[in-house]
Amino acid sequence: MEIRPHLSVQNLNVYFDQLRILKDVSIDIPDHKITVIIGPSGCGKTTLLKSLNRLLDPLDGVRVEGRVLVDNVDIYDPRTEVTEVRKKMGLLSQRPQPLPMSIYDNVAYGPRIHNHVDKKRLGEVVEQYLRMAGLWEEVKDRLGEPASRLSVGQQQRLCLARGLAVGPEIILGDEPTSALDPQSSQNVERRLIELKEEYTVIVVTHILRQAKRIADYIAFLYLGELVEHGPAAEVFANPRDPRMRAYLTGEIS
Amino acid sequence: MLVLTCVPAFLVLLILVGLFVRARPILAEKPFFSLLFSSAWSPLKGDFGLFPFIMGTLWVTFVSLVLAVPVSLLTAVFLSEYAPRSVREFTKPIIDLLAGLPSVIYGVWGVLLVVPLVGRIIAPFFGVTSSGYTVLAGGIVLAIMIFPTIISVSLEVFSSIPYQMREASLSLGATKWETVRHVVLKKGLQGIIAAIVLGLSRAFGETMAVLMVVGNIPRLPRSVFDGGYPLPALLANNYGEMMSVPLYDAALMLAAAVLLLVVLFFNVLARLILVRVERRAA
Repeated sequence: MEIRPHLSVQNLNVYFDQLRILKDVSIDIPDHKITVIIGPSGCGKTTLLKSLNRLLDPLDGVRVEGRVLVDNVDIYDPRTEVTEVRKKMGLLSQRPQPLPMSIYDNVAYGPRIHNHVDKKRLGEVVEQYLRMAGLWEEVKDRLGEPASRLSVGQQQRLCLARGLAVGPEIILGDEPTSALDPQSSQNVERRLIELKEEYTVIVVTHILRQAKRIADYIAFLYLGELVEHGPAAEVFANPRDPRMRAYLTGEIS
Repeated sequence: MLVLTCVPAFLVLLILVGLFVRARPILAEKPFFSLLFSSAWSPLKGDFGLFPFIMGTLWVTFVSLVLAVPVSLLTAVFLSEYAPRSVREFTKPIIDLLAGLPSVIYGVWGVLLVVPLVGRIIAPFFGVTSSGYTVLAGGIVLAIMIFPTIISVSLEVFSSIPYQMREASLSLGATKWETVRHVVLKKGLQGIIAAIVLGLSRAFGETMAVLMVVGNIPRLPRSVFDGGYPLPALLANNYGEMMSVPLYDAALMLAAAVLLLVVLFFNVLARLILVRVERRAA
């Protein structure tokens, strides 16, 4: 592990009203690897993921304690600009959420609002990221169509392209294949593996087989507690915690 | 069941036909379009030009929409996207209550407050002398009456947009306002148009509150500081009176038919816009 990972969580506690969802979570996320957060449903996986780009903020009754450092800046520091934090991360949600506009405009959305791409180059940029997401060939003749006409699998890759176009360093996936058919899932997984060369990838999943397929690093959450984390090969071969062992053998799920 | 479903459509047609049948005496004397576009209204001389009333209706409705649409949309956006849950839960029932108030109460309130406000403050501010009984006063009262409709329908529309879609926009580093503009308003456009049409329909037909503040002068309004005389007010004020004047009854029936036609026209127009928006967003 590197000395200074650019994403580090320190003593993170999250409360929904009185309920404590995350308990004192501390973890350094390794750069340019796929970190997979696993654990039974309702254990706080998604909450942990969303706390990384402050998507918990708009919810009523949520309180966050502790620090999340991105490039050594605490994103929960009141002086931190939340849009800057979010620009550093692309999000894939459980169900793809294309924005109510054309395929082209979906990818151009980020560059447009951040105004960091020259108008003339926008077309090239859109193409570049659609290629990166492996969608270009399928949509190049219908860029003006509403994004909602794509199949769900294509929509998820569109969301990936849209997220990449903002120029993030980190990609967050919240069970990004749970709404997809097996072939589309495989397609998305392959993209993620390609992308870890350039990005740090964090994926939440409840599918153990998927974790084994793509993970370099594993974080196991159980009832809001980070029970075990480490390189995937090690954790799968020699789980230290009995709860982790029980999860791997399918006794708890 | 099918028969029952057809009844409402049939009723509209029946009413329209009935009104035209009763209006036949006047249509026999003068052509329809000259009645529609003539500004001369002096029943004793036999002049029944409906144009001032049609324009009165359009003016008052237009003014009310211009005032009501921005205010209600911004209110709805604030309540759904920015306000804390407690504020929303406190405000919504009050807005719904406003929708249920009898219109005569708005009328009285308009006479007591809006009319003097227009006559003493707003009109002098623009350098106009006015009694206050004006198209503007009618528009203001009407705007307040259609706020609740537009607000609560828009709120429904916004709450039907999944939170995850806003999340997608936010996660790309968009601000809340950018998310509202590009995602929430865009996704909700169809519903917003429907909300405005509902408000519009109410504004066209509203009689009591408007007739109390609008002045009821049968002359073409030239500005918002002139009095006006919308069609519903004409009917409510005069039907059952002055019936000894020849053709008066027929003229009023024609006015009613025209009002119905105007409302139908705008409803159909709105429906067409909706269909187009739907097709584009599909």
